[in-house]
Amino acid sequence: MSMSTIGTNIKSNNATDIKRKPGRSPIVKKIVKSRQLYILMALPFLYLIIFKYVPMYGAQIAFKNFVVTKGIWGSDWVGLKNFVRFVNSYDFWRILKNTLILSFYNLVASFPFPILLALGLNYLRNRFFRKVVQMVTYAPHFISIVVIVGIIKELLDPRIGMVNKIIGFFGFDPINFMGEISMFSSIYVWSDVWQHIGFNCIIFIAALAAIDPALHEAAVVDGASKFRRMWHIDLPGIMPMAIILLILNTGHILDVGFEKVLLLQNPINLKASEIIDTYVYKVGLTAQVANYSYSTAIGLFKSVINLVLLLAVNKIAQKTRQASLW
Amino acid sequence: MNIAFRNESLPDKLFTILNGLIITVLFVSVFYPIIYIVSASFSDSQAVVSGEVWLWPVRPTLEGYSAVFNYNQVWVGFKNSVIYTVAGTAINVGMTVLAAYPLSRKDFYGKNTFMILFMFTTMFTGGLIPNYLLVKQLGMLDSVWAMIIPGALTVWNVIIARTYFQMSIPDELLEAAQLDGCNDLQFVWKIVIRLSGPILAVITLYYAAANWNQYFNAMIYLKSQDLYPLQLVLKDILVKNDIDVAMLAGDPADAAKREALKTLLKYSLIVISTVPLLLFYPFVQKYLVKGVMVGSLKG
Repeated sequence: MSMSTIGTNIKSNNATDIKRKPGRSPIVKKIVKSRQLYILMALPFLYLIIFKYVPMYGAQIAFKNFVVTKGIWGSDWVGLKNFVRFVNSYDFWRILKNTLILSFYNLVASFPFPILLALGLNYLRNRFFRKVVQMVTYAPHFISIVVIVGIIKELLDPRIGMVNKIIGFFGFDPINFMGEISMFSSIYVWSDVWQHIGFNCIIFIAALAAIDPALHEAAVVDGASKFRRMWHIDLPGIMPMAIILLILNTGHILDVGFEKVLLLQNPINLKASEIIDTYVYKVGLTAQVANYSYSTAIGLFKSVINLVLLLAVNKIAQKTRQASLW
Repeated sequence: MNIAFRNESLPDKLFTILNGLIITVLFVSVFYPIIYIVSASFSDSQAVVSGEVWLWPVRPTLEGYSAVFNYNQVWVGFKNSVIYTVAGTAINVGMTVLAAYPLSRKDFYGKNTFMILFMFTTMFTGGLIPNYLLVKQLGMLDSVWAMIIPGALTVWNVIIARTYFQMSIPDELLEAAQLDGCNDLQFVWKIVIRLSGPILAVITLYYAAANWNQYFNAMIYLKSQDLYPLQLVLKDILVKNDIDVAMLAGDPADAAKREALKTLLKYSLIVISTVPLLLFYPFVQKYLVKGVMVGSLKG
């Protein structure tokens, strides 16, 4: 008898064993039962480990003096040196301030507009116009950041841009938007509002559709005007959703749209536009002497604060959700 | 004016008018820049720089578009972007279904552990440099793989797909299929993906848009110009105003004319680079609401 047939014999014996012995441990049974699901999960799981968890392991270079030739594990430990250096650095407070200002400004400015749009669309009687407005306002969401920044630069151009043309039409002097430090955060925030207003209102439109029509019928019978109905029925109806979204977004307070900020930066506005993520990128990848460890430490500093914020905010959101639902 | 409006009380009439006004203002402020860009791209270059364009194209030409067509680098980028987007999105959607289906099954042993492993990566990441070092160590730097593999999966889309599977694929269907001798792999292939058209359309749009629009990974991972995706080429032209004058037609001595043509080229480029996604978008738009709602129901 050749080796291979022995092998198959043993295998088939095992297979019958599994069927014959129902008394074997339940965990093994469950695993065997889910085996095809594990096969499905294998590739995504592998991806997750390699491209998400290995970099987390690699983040230890924040505590080391990383030298390429020594590798991640072989480099020497330096403790918190890189973190101390960042917190004490000249740029620290400025960068932190810029990040927070941009974030809060964006959070506050982008909150009311999608709600306003959703409420308004809900009372629009012309169905065709409603469809057109939705179609057009959703679309900018899918324009790339590079193109958005290109559009911003063209439209805000002091000489030939559309915005300055309109300003000139009303008899005011042109403004060099990209050349004013104070304008930077507004440019960033309002172009974001422009791009995402339609897409962000989708969720509120859906929430409005879920409001019980009986409430409106009862209000009409009682003689409530449309404005009253909007104020006392629709707005409270979507507020829980709005509040939860707002709470969840505060968890991302340090995650400013970094790819957009990077493209909007120029030597003039750098004082207002340098944020944590762009700083990490510059220190780590474009500086004359790239400092991997220092850059990673700054990134890790942000990631940890982010994690704490997110966990806290999720807890609050859960509590709010329960409070608002029951 | 229709009858319903005439029968309304005065406050309601005022409300309707005011509401229409607010929506119109919002609509125009979103729509006008788009109209302006499209009109400018079809206008005469002199008309654009001298500010004659307000709403419609002035002295319509295809000058800008012919400049784009003659700009070689744009087409190299276009071709690369199509490759990255098609290949990348196919892998993205496949991987997402593979991950989402087991997570949607109640009887999947270890489901919660996997779920935590997935969710944790949305809250905490290794950061830019460790990712870069990993890609470097895998030998993917400056290759097509760097554009496709590191972003093969977005956890958020896995959650959306999983929630959809949970809601729309009844347990009875699985039981019936199992009785007929269907295994899990066949079930996913023959039944799940065939019943999930709307959600697959939405995540395909999300992934395709992300792949098409992505520039940062390309910027840090790619060196050779012939691998550049369109967004990187656009970045040079639109953001850094770095335009190869030799690629522009016309008399090179006429500086003013050339400057005008540069501006026109940018407007045409903005339109051309956005069109591929916008062509796809109307087909998916009706599913967007579903996708957003499912996404908000996580948990």
